Amino acid sequence: MKQYAYYPGCSLESLAKPYQLSAKEVSLALGLDLKEIEDWNCCGATAYFPVDELLAYTLVARNLAIAEKTGLTEFVAPCSACFKNAYYTNNYLKKDPDLADHINFALEEDDLHVEGTLKVRHLIEVMLEDVGLEAIKNQVTHPLAGLKIAPYYGCQLLRPRKDHEDVENPQFFEELLSAIGAEPLKYETKTRCCGASLIITNRKAALEMVRLLLKEAIDRGADVIATTCPMCNVNLEVYQSQVNREFGTDYSIPVMYFTQLMGMALGIAPRRLGIAKESVPKAREAVTA
Amino acid sequence: MAAELSFNQEIANMMYATHGNPISHCLQCGTCSGTCPAADFMDYTPRAIIGMIRENFKDEVLASNTYWSCASCYHCTVRCPAGIDIADMMYALKRYSMWKSRFKEGLIGPDFSEAFVKMIVNSGKSFEPILATTYLPRFSAADMVQEALTATGLVLKGKIPLLPKRIKRLKKFQRMVKRIIPLGELS
Ligand code: SF4
Ligand code: SF4
Ligand code: SF4
Ligand code: SF4
Repeated sequence: MKQYAYYPGCSLESLAKPYQLSAKEVSLALGLDLKEIEDWNCCGATAYFPVDELLAYTLVARNLAIAEKTGLTEFVAPCSACFKNAYYTNNYLKKDPDLADHINFALEEDDLHVEGTLKVRHLIEVMLEDVGLEAIKNQVTHPLAGLKIAPYYGCQLLRPRKDHEDVENPQFFEELLSAIGAEPLKYETKTRCCGASLIITNRKAALEMVRLLLKEAIDRGADVIATTCPMCNVNLEVYQSQVNREFGTDYSIPVMYFTQLMGMALGIAPRRLGIAKESVPKAREAVTA
Repeated sequence: MAAELSFNQEIANMMYATHGNPISHCLQCGTCSGTCPAADFMDYTPRAIIGMIRENFKDEVLASNTYWSCASCYHCTVRCPAGIDIADMMYALKRYSMWKSRFKEGLIGPDFSEAFVKMIVNSGKSFEPILATTYLPRFSAADMVQEALTATGLVLKGKIPLLPKRIKRLKKFQRMVKRIIPLGELS
């Protein structure tokens, strides 16, 4: 089994527990060994950067340093915001010795040192590239036949652009959903932002952003919206009732992590994928019907 | 006497990792504004804000809600024909306004950021319910009720634990933070 330094992030210990459960189950089933790094700290999402840039990088660097110490070479995050922070911090550390010096001076307090030598990846990339579509397909025992899914990529999984990859109309999520037998829908707003923490700081703006995403998925006849990030999932799922109150709609669509959908297709019991705990009970009907 | 820095230069100095991010190359094409999902909720669009920074309209920029309405989605960044990282510039403006303690009245963003940082410095982890109480006072009564209902609902459904977690090496973690920023105003 290939081993990875795994950084779950705070959300996976609270709001996104179903993501944690399903990520672990599916990884195990596909032969990926996610080794959670010890004593990690919150990476800060988008909240530290408005306060202090260097502190923001230092907090991310501490987790990278802990992961480097394990001797593993790949750092995997299931949260898109954590992934983006780790990916760019790692890059800046590698490229900018001055920045690395500053940060290492602070890390000395915790007997840590960072080099920026890890390969930083999102969990969905690991599934697609290290396991591969063919191998996933071969393990599917309960294809999600007929299930119409809106693949929601969100922002930080794709942006900023890392190399020359297609950030305007990516297809990898659709390919993954096809591999598990589901029907990925065309979803124009798939890379449009859900509002992230504006849900707290600018409620009106965020609810409008969430409304647009829900509307397109529902108009296209989606049974489920699939996500790759705890923040996206929470905004689309938990705030549906507030969207309905604000706009007089009656939206009620299940929102599920891609790992929950994969787990269903691999024949893992819904309970072990955190599916019974969803706020929107329809999620269960949609996939078990 | 040293010449006073232009606002443009001050903001450039707040972008260390992207090395100044040359907003002077902006073509004023408006692609960023057309892309931005939050533009309708901003006093000035991203394109306009860049123009204003270049023209040294510091007071107007600091009195606007534009960068506090930015969700950091990087959609503008990947589309800018001049290669400007607009999302990073929005972060720099937030930092500048926090540093100078100058914000538009009634914004929740600055309080939220400060509360989040405090929480992490105190525990090493983030914890939604504690955070909720620190930012709730800024909400209107109706919002507060909604937020409380959402939070209570989540706790009842077992999604949020009742007690915050802490990292093990918290003392060392805090000393690490102190090497970066003096904690006076934060803790
Ligand atoms: S950024 Fe969000 S998900 Fe990542 S560790 Fe912090 S709170 Fe958790
Ligand atoms: S869609 Fe929203 S929550 Fe998801 S990654 Fe983008 S900003 Fe974060
Ligand atoms: S997209 Fe780039 S060049 Fe065009 S207005 Fe915005 S910042 Fe300027
Ligand atoms: S990063 Fe900010 S300014 Fe740019 S498109 Fe997203 S919300 Fe708008």
